[in-house]
Amino acid sequence: MSDVILNNICKTYNKGIVLAVDDVSFSVGKGELFGLIGPDGAGKTSIFRILTTLLLADSGSASVNGYDVVNDYKKIRQHVGYMPGKFSLYQDLTVEENLKFFATVFNTTIEANYELIKEIYIQIEPFKKRRAGKLSGGMKQKLALCCALIHRPTVLFLDEPTTGVDTVSRKEFWDMLKRLKQEGITILVSTPYMDEATLCERIALMQDGKIMSIDTPKNITKQYAEILYAIKASNMSHLLSDLRLNKLIRSCNAFGEYHHITFNDDLKNSKSELLNYLKSKNYISIEIKQVAPTIEDCFIKLMNK
Amino acid sequence: MNEIVIKTDKLTKRFGNFIAANEITFEVKAGEIFGFLGANGAGKTTAMRMLCGLSKPSSGNATIAGFDIYKETEKIKKNIGYMSQKFSLYEDLTVIENIRFFGGIYGISDKQINEKSNTLIEQLGLKNETKKLVASLPLGWKQKLAFSVAILHEPKIVFLDEPTGGVDPVTRRQFWDLIYSASDRGITIFVTTHYMDEAEYCNRISMMVDGVIKALDTPTNLKKQFSADSMDEVFFELARGAKRKGD
Repeated sequence: MSDVILNNICKTYNKGIVLAVDDVSFSVGKGELFGLIGPDGAGKTSIFRILTTLLLADSGSASVNGYDVVNDYKKIRQHVGYMPGKFSLYQDLTVEENLKFFATVFNTTIEANYELIKEIYIQIEPFKKRRAGKLSGGMKQKLALCCALIHRPTVLFLDEPTTGVDTVSRKEFWDMLKRLKQEGITILVSTPYMDEATLCERIALMQDGKIMSIDTPKNITKQYAEILYAIKASNMSHLLSDLRLNKLIRSCNAFGEYHHITFNDDLKNSKSELLNYLKSKNYISIEIKQVAPTIEDCFIKLMNK
Repeated sequence: MNEIVIKTDKLTKRFGNFIAANEITFEVKAGEIFGFLGANGAGKTTAMRMLCGLSKPSSGNATIAGFDIYKETEKIKKNIGYMSQKFSLYEDLTVIENIRFFGGIYGISDKQINEKSNTLIEQLGLKNETKKLVASLPLGWKQKLAFSVAILHEPKIVFLDEPTGGVDPVTRRQFWDLIYSASDRGITIFVTTHYMDEAEYCNRISMMVDGVIKALDTPTNLKKQFSADSMDEVFFELARGAKRKGD
């Protein structure tokens, strides 16, 4: 059974000039942790706003918890939690007042669902008398999550919850999501960070309003057809330009410490030919090894299709 | 390559009892790509604002592009470039208007602005976009344009505050190509990022935790020092003990 279903959703802005969501269909199973992965402008926020009944699609249909986003919008609003990418709580209310406000709006109390938010809320509780506008970024994020959870939603929509957040806080946030998943809450989360994709059960890779690929992270990386190598040598920036000009190379992208390359012809002599070429160019400490493709490798390949 | 363009000595900024940046001491050489990393709330923004001449230090000394951080802030501003993810260009001006505007601000002559904007537009492949509003460009193009505008006046140093946040993986790499070529021309790059693969592209990295620079070295040496396989691990090792959280 699916908690979220989209059928051929299209959305344009500026009288049809900007195509934000281009014929998108997918579904999210009950209790699933599903990720929309893509850069700014991929259409992620538009999809969130359509599903949370804040925006009408131009065409196509969508439902949440079995309710239609257009006809049953009031029902959906009662049941879902939404954390927008932009901080949207009341800046001039305190932490506690914000939480109380959202509980009251949803006809519940903080006490009734305290267990669900407890682990997150205790981290910001020492500041409960502080105005939300005066909180640090990390604390704002935690408060926003508490407010989105206070009515125990069936589906939680998180639009780029970790953007601009450092790696340590990002790890903590994903740990929180895993715990919420255990509570049976369906989670749809978006992120521009490709490394977070592997933390989702299933993902959709998005670019320019379209879904380029949709599957489990494992299956997506399995579909990467070529053999991928990581290479490094003495001068990485020159190596990058030399590799790009080399006819043996099909693709070459900087990947942190290494460059990731694929060959036009995966036969063994491609590798030794390349090594000879690099040695002739006076590169030293050359290291080349086969590596497993990451989601980011797959994303780049799909973008260049 | 050996000229030192950023030199700080026990640079400190206090807000009341709170020490946002605590005795920061480091040097950056001309043409170096220097990664300025740290957890949210570590004091990066405060430090950067001081280095750009926008915030007066509480104590300590620094020279930026050879100018004193207390007495010569206006000269500092003329010799640096700055871009951030949040603000860099005017959305309701066209591509060419933005180039002319910022060129004018930095006192470049009209003739030079014309020459520079032609090469720049050519380089970025924006020929058909010159008369379009910046607001209508995809984020990746905006950021590449913003960077080129930030170095239009050939500054000694360019400060980049999370320039690639939210940018697609292909454009993110093209952005780093621009960084490399600026660095080859001798422009010093001072950059913050949350992408740890980008930390690897820097010549040297400093890691700030709770207002203090906890580590400073090349990516290779830092990984050795912390017996880590990746910069991600180094960062985690250093930042997980942080007491301050936030922006």
